[in-house]
Amino acid sequence: MATKRFTPAQHLAFWAGWTVFGLVLAALLNSSSGMPVRHALLFGMVLSGIAQMNAWSAVFSCRTAPLESTPAWRLLATHLTAAVLLTFFWVKIGSIVAHQMATLPSWQDTYPQYSDRAGLLYGAGIFYYVLSVAVNYALIAQKQSKQAQERVLESTMRAREAELAALKAQINPHFLYNSLNSISALTSIDPARARDMCVSLADFLRLTLGMGEKSVIPLREELGLLEKYCAIERVRFGDRLTLKEDVTDETKDCLVPPLLLQPLFENAVVHGIAQMPEGGWICLQAARQGDRLSLVVENSWDPEAGSSRKNGVGLKNVQRRLEARYGYDAQLQANAEENVFRVKLQFPAETEKRK
Amino acid sequence: MSSTGRKWKALIVDDEELARKLLREMLSGHDEIEVVGECANGMEAVKAAAEHKPDLLFLDVQMPKLTGFDVLELIDRGRVAVIFVTAYDQYAMKAFDVHAVDYLLKPFSRERFEAALDRAKAQGPKKAVDAAELAAAARPAGQFAERIVVKDGTKVTLIPVAKLDYAEALDDYVSLVSDGKKHLKPQTISGLEMALDPDLFVRIHRSYLVNLERVSRIEPYGKDSKVAILQNGAKLPVSRTGYTRLKKLLDEKS
Repeated sequence: MATKRFTPAQHLAFWAGWTVFGLVLAALLNSSSGMPVRHALLFGMVLSGIAQMNAWSAVFSCRTAPLESTPAWRLLATHLTAAVLLTFFWVKIGSIVAHQMATLPSWQDTYPQYSDRAGLLYGAGIFYYVLSVAVNYALIAQKQSKQAQERVLESTMRAREAELAALKAQINPHFLYNSLNSISALTSIDPARARDMCVSLADFLRLTLGMGEKSVIPLREELGLLEKYCAIERVRFGDRLTLKEDVTDETKDCLVPPLLLQPLFENAVVHGIAQMPEGGWICLQAARQGDRLSLVVENSWDPEAGSSRKNGVGLKNVQRRLEARYGYDAQLQANAEENVFRVKLQFPAETEKRK
Repeated sequence: MSSTGRKWKALIVDDEELARKLLREMLSGHDEIEVVGECANGMEAVKAAAEHKPDLLFLDVQMPKLTGFDVLELIDRGRVAVIFVTAYDQYAMKAFDVHAVDYLLKPFSRERFEAALDRAKAQGPKKAVDAAELAAAARPAGQFAERIVVKDGTKVTLIPVAKLDYAEALDDYVSLVSDGKKHLKPQTISGLEMALDPDLFVRIHRSYLVNLERVSRIEPYGKDSKVAILQNGAKLPVSRTGYTRLKKLLDEKS
């Protein structure tokens, strides 16, 4: 039956409504027209049972006319029409039942007694329908607020997850373990270089962890971090890694979200340099055009190497960070030409306000 | 083997020079082992393996062009014991564990290195491990091979899966047809099927695996069998179950 379509609260309202309304009707019939208590109780329950169909109709009329999106006049019109029509039929059905009951011995008076109270029954029927509508709207509102709460909870959790993923992505385990392996190799071959690399790695980690807490840093600091990163990667890749830089001085004071370029450099190493036996280059360009800052990271790239991991994660991360800070005012373009992979970032140039 | 007095021949394959030096250093204390070569990439490794026929292979997983798994697929593994060396790859590690393949995690201790070496020497070559199967196990769920590696004589060819028209089973080999050329590879067609994206490649017959995008039409052939006609004109038999699979995929696409 309707078990799936109705909530437990609706079922409870249905059965409680039947009983209570049945008793009210019985009292009504008994009080003024002198219908015997036994008859009034039985008849009241039957009438109340029929009235539940009207209450049921309220469930559907409430669904088709949601409280928050239906104009007041339509709400009133819908429910008033429904109330009058449904109650009219209800009273008519009641009179048919009363007519039939009157054929039984000792029930002869039922019909006139019923007709006597028809006016009051109209009132009771309309009242009951309106009550059902109110109960239904209350139940719907309760359900919606529960769903809204769940949605808020879910989006908070999503945001947390994204944050955690971003933090994890900042330090690629592969990079860390490979660097440690290089140090392990250097300890016997070249202890001084091993120490240098330990220091570079420590500096890099310190900068990374410290930067994560700030919302923006001067480009100068990001360049410092990139320098450390590249120093470490150059130990690993030797002359397979070539760096080029074209950064104008005026850009170095511009503010950028921390760790904006590092993931792009990491992508360039993992998907570019590491995929080419003979190695390749990474080029960083930074320029200020009026009130906008333009950063370009290019790297040589072998389109046929078919880097095994999709490189979307790092890029998506950068895009999200830009969007979070500048909204539609920031652009990220990534394109692969024949042998060059290029990522271009453009966003408003901000500098620290000096007092 | 060391009891016969002959030395173990070892080949070191890693794209990082320092990583190679480290392995060489750790092997230097072992008189029973002779390092016959160092390779900076997979192509060199395939060549050196054919030339030196090593007994022991230290194989980095992440390398340019050919990965360690590719190398394993391409070399003659008659006698070679393989120790994989990798920095970090949770999927590869799981695959190694499942297939009981020896591996070293960078950075590794001398103790760990010696243990791996002892085990490799004691057990010798493991023929049971299917290289393609191992590579498939090392891929995260839902990811499929992007290219197929084949060796024609001494020449290694990479076939991007999008360029593969179809594959035909020939006894212990599969014949891969791409760009009008045929390449033979010692592999089972089921093994190949497992490595490829099932939304792009369909097993239309016990012996045929086809690139869905190459199928131009299907025609009836004989009483109750069918034939698939490819864009290049090739005709491939379609079995009854193959037809069901093909139709299901085509219906999903349209």
